[in-house]
Amino acid sequence: MIHAHDSIIVRTTSRILIPLIQLFGLYVLFFGQLGPGGGFAGGVILGTSLILGILVFGPDAPVCRLASKVIHGEGVGLMIFVGVGGLCLIGGGEFLNYGNLDIPWIDSAARRRSLGIVLTQIGVAVDIAVTAISIVISLSLINSEESHD
Amino acid sequence: MIYSIEIPLLILLLMTAAGAIIVKDLISSVFILGTYSFLLALVWAWLGAVDVAFVEAVVGAGLATVFFLLTLFGTAPKDIRIRRSAPPLTAFVGLPVLGLLLLYAAEDLPKFADPHSPASLHVSPAYLTNSLKEMDTPNVVTAVLMDYRAFDTLIETAVIFIAGLACALLLRRNQE
Repeated sequence: MIHAHDSIIVRTTSRILIPLIQLFGLYVLFFGQLGPGGGFAGGVILGTSLILGILVFGPDAPVCRLASKVIHGEGVGLMIFVGVGGLCLIGGGEFLNYGNLDIPWIDSAARRRSLGIVLTQIGVAVDIAVTAISIVISLSLINSEESHD
Repeated sequence: MIYSIEIPLLILLLMTAAGAIIVKDLISSVFILGTYSFLLALVWAWLGAVDVAFVEAVVGAGLATVFFLLTLFGTAPKDIRIRRSAPPLTAFVGLPVLGLLLLYAAEDLPKFADPHSPASLHVSPAYLTNSLKEMDTPNVVTAVLMDYRAFDTLIETAVIFIAGLACALLLRRNQE
Protein backbone atom coordinates (compact mmCIF):
# COMPACT_ATOMS: atom_id res chain seq x y z
CA MET A 1 0.00 0.00 0.00
CA ILE A 2 1.20 3.49 -0.74
CA HIS A 3 1.43 5.75 2.30
CA ALA A 4 1.93 9.50 2.45
CA HIS A 5 5.59 10.45 2.51
CA ASP A 6 6.98 11.78 5.82
CA SER A 7 9.75 14.06 4.59
CA ILE A 8 8.77 17.73 4.43
CA ILE A 9 11.43 18.30 1.75
CA VAL A 10 9.84 15.75 -0.57
CA ARG A 11 6.34 17.07 0.07
CA THR A 12 7.25 20.72 -0.48
CA THR A 13 9.33 19.97 -3.56
CA SER A 14 6.59 17.94 -5.19
CA ARG A 15 3.95 20.55 -4.26
CA ILE A 16 6.00 23.05 -6.27
CA LEU A 17 6.94 20.58 -9.02
CA ILE A 18 3.55 19.05 -9.85
CA PRO A 19 1.99 22.22 -11.40
CA LEU A 20 5.23 22.86 -13.30
CA ILE A 21 5.21 19.29 -14.67
CA GLN A 22 1.59 19.70 -15.73
CA LEU A 23 2.37 23.01 -17.43
CA PHE A 24 5.29 21.38 -19.26
CA GLY A 25 3.06 18.47 -20.26
CA LEU A 26 0.49 20.84 -21.75
CA TYR A 27 3.29 22.70 -23.57
CA VAL A 28 4.63 19.44 -25.03
CA LEU A 29 1.10 18.41 -26.02
CA PHE A 30 0.06 21.61 -27.79
CA PHE A 31 3.44 22.50 -29.31
CA GLY A 32 3.97 19.01 -30.73
CA GLN A 33 3.14 20.46 -34.13
CA LEU A 34 5.96 22.99 -33.93
CA GLY A 35 8.67 21.05 -32.13
CA PRO A 36 9.44 17.67 -30.62
CA GLY A 37 6.74 16.14 -28.49
CA GLY A 38 3.10 15.49 -29.19
CA GLY A 39 0.23 13.52 -27.78
CA PHE A 40 2.18 10.51 -26.56
CA ALA A 41 4.92 12.32 -24.63
CA GLY A 42 2.52 15.00 -23.38
CA GLY A 43 0.07 12.41 -22.11
CA VAL A 44 2.77 10.50 -20.28
CA ILE A 45 4.04 13.72 -18.64
CA LEU A 46 0.52 14.73 -17.57
CA GLY A 47 -0.10 11.26 -16.14
CA THR A 48 3.28 11.22 -14.40
CA SER A 49 2.49 14.44 -12.54
CA LEU A 50 -0.59 12.79 -10.97
CA ILE A 51 1.43 9.61 -10.27
CA LEU A 52 3.98 11.72 -8.37
CA GLY A 53 1.10 13.15 -6.36
CA ILE A 54 -0.20 9.65 -5.55
CA LEU A 55 3.26 8.43 -4.51
CA VAL A 56 4.07 11.44 -2.32
CA PHE A 57 0.77 12.51 -0.75
CA GLY A 58 -0.75 9.06 -0.29
CA PRO A 59 -4.18 7.73 -1.22
CA ASP A 60 -6.26 10.15 0.88
CA ALA A 61 -4.93 13.41 -0.55
CA PRO A 62 -7.17 15.41 -2.93
CA VAL A 63 -4.86 14.75 -5.89
CA CYS A 64 -5.20 11.00 -5.42
CA ARG A 65 -8.97 11.21 -5.10
CA LEU A 66 -8.94 13.16 -8.37
CA ALA A 67 -6.81 10.38 -9.90
CA SER A 68 -9.16 7.64 -8.71
CA LYS A 69 -12.07 9.54 -10.29
CA VAL A 70 -10.08 10.00 -13.49
CA ILE A 71 -9.59 6.25 -14.02
CA HIS A 72 -13.32 5.80 -14.59
CA GLY A 73 -12.80 7.76 -17.80
CA GLU A 74 -10.82 5.05 -19.53
CA GLY A 75 -11.71 5.06 -23.17
CA VAL A 76 -12.60 8.77 -23.35
CA GLY A 77 -9.35 9.48 -25.23
CA LEU A 78 -10.06 6.72 -27.72
CA MET A 79 -13.58 8.09 -28.16
CA ILE A 80 -12.16 11.58 -28.89
CA PHE A 81 -9.84 10.09 -31.53
CA VAL A 82 -12.55 7.97 -33.17
CA GLY A 83 -15.04 10.84 -32.81
CA VAL A 84 -12.82 13.16 -34.82
CA GLY A 85 -12.63 10.44 -37.48
CA GLY A 86 -16.41 10.16 -37.42
CA LEU A 87 -16.79 13.94 -37.79
CA CYS A 88 -14.68 13.65 -40.94
CA LEU A 89 -17.13 11.01 -42.20
CA ILE A 90 -20.05 13.34 -41.42
CA GLY A 91 -18.25 16.13 -43.27
CA GLY A 92 -18.31 14.05 -46.42
CA GLY A 93 -14.80 12.61 -46.60
CA GLU A 94 -12.95 9.48 -45.59
CA PHE A 95 -12.50 8.32 -42.00
CA LEU A 96 -9.70 10.39 -40.33
CA ASN A 97 -9.30 12.67 -43.38
CA TYR A 98 -9.20 15.90 -41.39
CA GLY A 99 -9.58 18.03 -44.52
CA ASN A 100 -13.28 17.24 -44.40
CA LEU A 101 -13.90 18.42 -40.83
CA ASP A 102 -17.07 20.48 -41.21
CA ILE A 103 -16.20 23.68 -39.36
CA PRO A 104 -17.72 26.79 -40.91
CA TRP A 105 -15.31 29.49 -39.72
CA ILE A 106 -12.15 27.72 -40.95
CA ASP A 107 -11.99 27.89 -44.71
CA SER A 108 -8.61 26.49 -45.73
CA ALA A 109 -8.03 22.72 -45.77
CA ALA A 110 -4.57 23.08 -44.20
CA ARG A 111 -6.01 24.85 -41.14
CA ARG A 112 -8.66 22.14 -40.82
CA ARG A 113 -6.01 19.40 -40.97
CA SER A 114 -3.96 21.26 -38.36
CA LEU A 115 -7.01 21.44 -36.07
CA GLY A 116 -7.67 17.73 -36.63
CA ILE A 117 -4.10 16.92 -35.62
CA VAL A 118 -4.48 18.96 -32.40
CA LEU A 119 -7.79 17.27 -31.52
CA THR A 120 -6.51 13.73 -32.11
CA GLN A 121 -3.37 14.54 -30.11
CA ILE A 122 -5.58 15.56 -27.19
CA GLY A 123 -7.35 12.21 -27.56
CA VAL A 124 -4.05 10.28 -27.51
CA ALA A 125 -2.80 12.28 -24.50
CA VAL A 126 -6.00 11.65 -22.48
CA ASP A 127 -5.86 7.94 -23.30
CA ILE A 128 -2.18 7.56 -22.31
CA ALA A 129 -2.47 9.62 -19.11
CA VAL A 130 -5.55 7.78 -17.88
CA THR A 131 -4.02 4.39 -18.70
CA ALA A 132 -0.79 5.22 -16.82
CA ILE A 133 -2.71 6.36 -13.72
CA SER A 134 -4.98 3.32 -13.94
CA ILE A 135 -2.04 0.88 -14.05
CA VAL A 136 -0.36 2.61 -11.07
CA ILE A 137 -3.58 2.47 -9.04
CA SER A 138 -4.05 -1.21 -9.95
CA LEU A 139 -0.50 -2.00 -8.80
CA SER A 140 -0.94 -0.12 -5.52
CA LEU A 141 -4.21 -1.96 -4.87
CA ILE A 142 -2.50 -5.34 -5.18
CA ASN A 143 0.03 -4.14 -2.59
CA SER A 144 -2.72 -3.28 -0.11
CA GLU A 145 -4.30 -6.68 -0.68
CA GLU A 146 -1.09 -8.50 0.25
CA SER A 147 -0.54 -6.41 3.34
CA HIS A 148 -3.96 -7.42 4.69
CA ASP A 149 -2.96 -11.09 4.80
CA MET B 1 36.24 12.57 -35.58
CA ILE B 2 32.53 12.13 -36.14
CA TYR B 3 32.12 9.19 -33.75
CA SER B 4 33.72 10.89 -30.73
CA ILE B 5 30.45 11.10 -28.77
CA GLU B 6 28.65 8.09 -30.17
CA ILE B 7 31.27 5.51 -29.23
CA PRO B 8 31.44 6.38 -25.49
CA LEU B 9 27.63 6.56 -25.42
CA LEU B 10 27.29 3.14 -27.04
CA ILE B 11 29.92 1.65 -24.70
CA LEU B 12 28.00 3.05 -21.70
CA LEU B 13 24.81 1.61 -23.21
CA LEU B 14 26.38 -1.86 -23.44
CA MET B 15 27.75 -1.57 -19.88
CA THR B 16 24.38 -0.59 -18.39
CA ALA B 17 22.58 -3.31 -20.37
CA ALA B 18 25.04 -5.94 -19.13
CA GLY B 19 24.86 -4.51 -15.60
CA ALA B 20 21.06 -4.74 -15.52
CA ILE B 21 21.35 -8.45 -16.34
CA ILE B 22 24.34 -9.31 -14.14
CA VAL B 23 23.46 -7.45 -10.92
CA LYS B 24 22.00 -9.63 -8.16
CA ASP B 25 19.53 -7.17 -6.63
CA LEU B 26 16.30 -6.61 -8.58
CA ILE B 27 15.87 -3.00 -7.36
CA SER B 28 19.37 -2.10 -8.54
CA SER B 29 18.54 -3.81 -11.81
CA VAL B 30 15.47 -1.59 -12.24
CA PHE B 31 17.50 1.57 -11.65
CA ILE B 32 20.25 0.45 -14.05
CA LEU B 33 17.54 -0.22 -16.63
CA GLY B 34 16.30 3.36 -16.17
CA THR B 35 19.85 4.61 -16.75
CA TYR B 36 19.98 2.46 -19.89
CA SER B 37 16.78 4.09 -21.20
CA PHE B 38 18.15 7.56 -20.51
CA LEU B 39 21.41 6.80 -22.36
CA LEU B 40 19.37 5.35 -25.22
CA ALA B 41 17.39 8.61 -25.33
CA LEU B 42 20.70 10.51 -25.59
CA VAL B 43 21.70 8.27 -28.53
CA TRP B 44 18.38 8.97 -30.29
CA ALA B 45 18.78 12.70 -29.72
CA TRP B 46 22.35 12.57 -31.05
CA LEU B 47 21.11 10.76 -34.17
CA GLY B 48 18.53 13.52 -34.73
CA ALA B 49 15.39 11.57 -33.76
CA VAL B 50 14.27 14.06 -31.12
CA ASP B 51 10.67 12.84 -30.88
CA VAL B 52 11.79 9.24 -30.28
CA ALA B 53 14.31 10.49 -27.69
CA PHE B 54 11.55 12.39 -25.90
CA VAL B 55 9.26 9.37 -25.67
CA GLU B 56 12.13 7.07 -24.69
CA ALA B 57 13.20 9.37 -21.85
CA VAL B 58 9.66 9.89 -20.58
CA VAL B 59 8.40 6.31 -20.87
CA GLY B 60 11.55 4.22 -20.49
CA ALA B 61 13.33 6.19 -17.79
CA GLY B 62 10.26 7.57 -16.03
CA LEU B 63 7.09 5.54 -16.28
CA ALA B 64 8.52 2.03 -16.70
CA THR B 65 10.80 2.50 -13.66
CA VAL B 66 7.78 3.46 -11.53
CA PHE B 67 5.84 0.42 -12.76
CA PHE B 68 8.76 -1.93 -12.06
CA LEU B 69 9.31 -0.49 -8.58
CA LEU B 70 5.61 -0.70 -7.66
CA THR B 71 5.55 -4.32 -8.84
CA LEU B 72 8.67 -5.11 -6.81
CA PHE B 73 7.21 -3.53 -3.68
CA GLY B 74 4.04 -5.58 -4.24
CA THR B 75 5.87 -8.89 -4.38
CA ALA B 76 7.17 -10.69 -1.31
CA PRO B 77 10.66 -9.66 -0.12
CA LYS B 78 12.13 -13.10 -0.75
CA ASP B 79 11.65 -12.63 -4.49
CA ILE B 80 13.88 -9.55 -4.60
CA ARG B 81 17.14 -11.49 -5.09
CA ILE B 82 17.76 -13.39 -8.28
CA ARG B 83 19.04 -16.94 -8.35
CA ARG B 84 20.10 -17.77 -11.87
CA SER B 85 21.97 -20.75 -13.21
CA ALA B 86 24.99 -20.49 -15.50
CA PRO B 87 24.11 -20.06 -19.19
CA PRO B 88 24.41 -23.23 -21.30
CA LEU B 89 27.42 -23.91 -23.52
CA THR B 90 25.38 -23.53 -26.71
CA ALA B 91 24.75 -19.88 -25.78
CA PHE B 92 28.50 -19.22 -25.41
CA VAL B 93 29.15 -20.70 -28.88
CA GLY B 94 25.97 -19.76 -30.72
CA LEU B 95 25.54 -16.11 -29.76
CA PRO B 96 29.00 -14.90 -30.98
CA VAL B 97 28.42 -16.75 -34.27
CA LEU B 98 25.02 -15.06 -34.59
CA GLY B 99 26.62 -11.68 -33.83
CA LEU B 100 29.28 -12.21 -36.50
CA LEU B 101 26.59 -13.17 -39.03
CA LEU B 102 24.62 -10.02 -38.18
CA LEU B 103 27.76 -7.87 -38.53
CA TYR B 104 28.43 -9.50 -41.92
CA ALA B 105 24.86 -8.75 -43.01
CA ALA B 106 25.10 -5.17 -41.74
CA GLU B 107 27.70 -4.39 -44.43
CA ASP B 108 24.93 -4.46 -47.04
CA LEU B 109 22.85 -1.82 -45.24
CA PRO B 110 22.93 1.71 -46.72
CA LYS B 111 25.22 4.25 -45.04
CA PHE B 112 23.77 6.44 -42.28
CA ALA B 113 22.01 9.53 -43.76
CA ASP B 114 22.56 8.28 -47.30
CA PRO B 115 20.26 10.33 -49.58
CA HIS B 116 20.10 7.49 -52.13
CA SER B 117 19.03 4.75 -49.70
CA PRO B 118 15.62 3.21 -50.46
CA ALA B 119 14.13 4.56 -47.23
CA SER B 120 14.82 8.18 -48.18
CA LEU B 121 13.67 7.77 -51.79
CA HIS B 122 10.25 6.15 -51.39
CA VAL B 123 7.70 8.33 -49.55
CA SER B 124 9.80 10.55 -47.28
CA PRO B 125 10.46 13.24 -49.94
CA ALA B 126 6.69 13.64 -50.41
CA TYR B 127 6.17 13.93 -46.64
CA LEU B 128 9.04 16.41 -46.21
CA THR B 129 7.96 18.69 -49.05
CA ASN B 130 4.18 18.58 -48.58
CA SER B 131 3.52 18.46 -44.85
CA LEU B 132 3.86 22.20 -44.17
CA LYS B 133 1.75 23.13 -47.19
CA GLU B 134 -0.96 20.51 -46.71
CA MET B 135 -1.51 20.60 -42.97
CA ASP B 136 0.22 23.67 -41.54
CA THR B 137 2.45 21.54 -39.33
CA PRO B 138 6.19 22.30 -39.28
CA ASN B 139 7.04 19.11 -37.35
CA VAL B 140 7.02 16.40 -40.02
CA VAL B 141 7.02 13.59 -37.44
CA THR B 142 3.73 14.83 -35.97
CA ALA B 143 2.26 15.24 -39.44
CA VAL B 144 3.20 11.67 -40.38
CA LEU B 145 2.01 10.20 -37.07
CA MET B 146 -1.26 12.07 -36.82
CA ASP B 147 -2.37 12.58 -40.40
CA TYR B 148 -0.58 10.48 -43.03
CA ARG B 149 -0.45 7.47 -40.70
CA ALA B 150 -3.47 8.27 -38.51
CA PHE B 151 -4.81 4.72 -38.67
CA ASP B 152 -1.59 3.34 -37.15
CA THR B 153 -1.79 5.83 -34.32
CA LEU B 154 -5.47 5.00 -33.76
CA ILE B 155 -4.69 1.30 -33.42
CA GLU B 156 -1.71 2.06 -31.15
CA THR B 157 -3.98 4.11 -28.90
CA ALA B 158 -6.46 1.22 -28.86
CA VAL B 159 -3.63 -1.18 -27.90
CA ILE B 160 -2.63 1.02 -24.95
CA PHE B 161 -6.28 1.31 -23.87
CA ILE B 162 -6.62 -2.48 -23.97
CA ALA B 163 -3.38 -2.87 -21.98
CA GLY B 164 -4.74 -0.61 -19.23
CA LEU B 165 -8.05 -2.48 -19.28
CA ALA B 166 -6.25 -5.84 -18.97
CA CYS B 167 -4.18 -4.57 -16.01
CA ALA B 168 -7.34 -3.37 -14.27
CA LEU B 169 -9.13 -6.67 -14.91
CA LEU B 170 -6.21 -8.80 -13.68
CA LEU B 171 -5.10 -6.75 -10.67
CA ARG B 172 -8.37 -5.25 -9.40
CA ARG B 173 -10.28 -8.51 -9.63
CA ASN B 174 -10.59 -9.09 -5.87
CA GLN B 175 -11.36 -5.50 -4.93
CA GLU B 176 -14.79 -4.20 -3.90
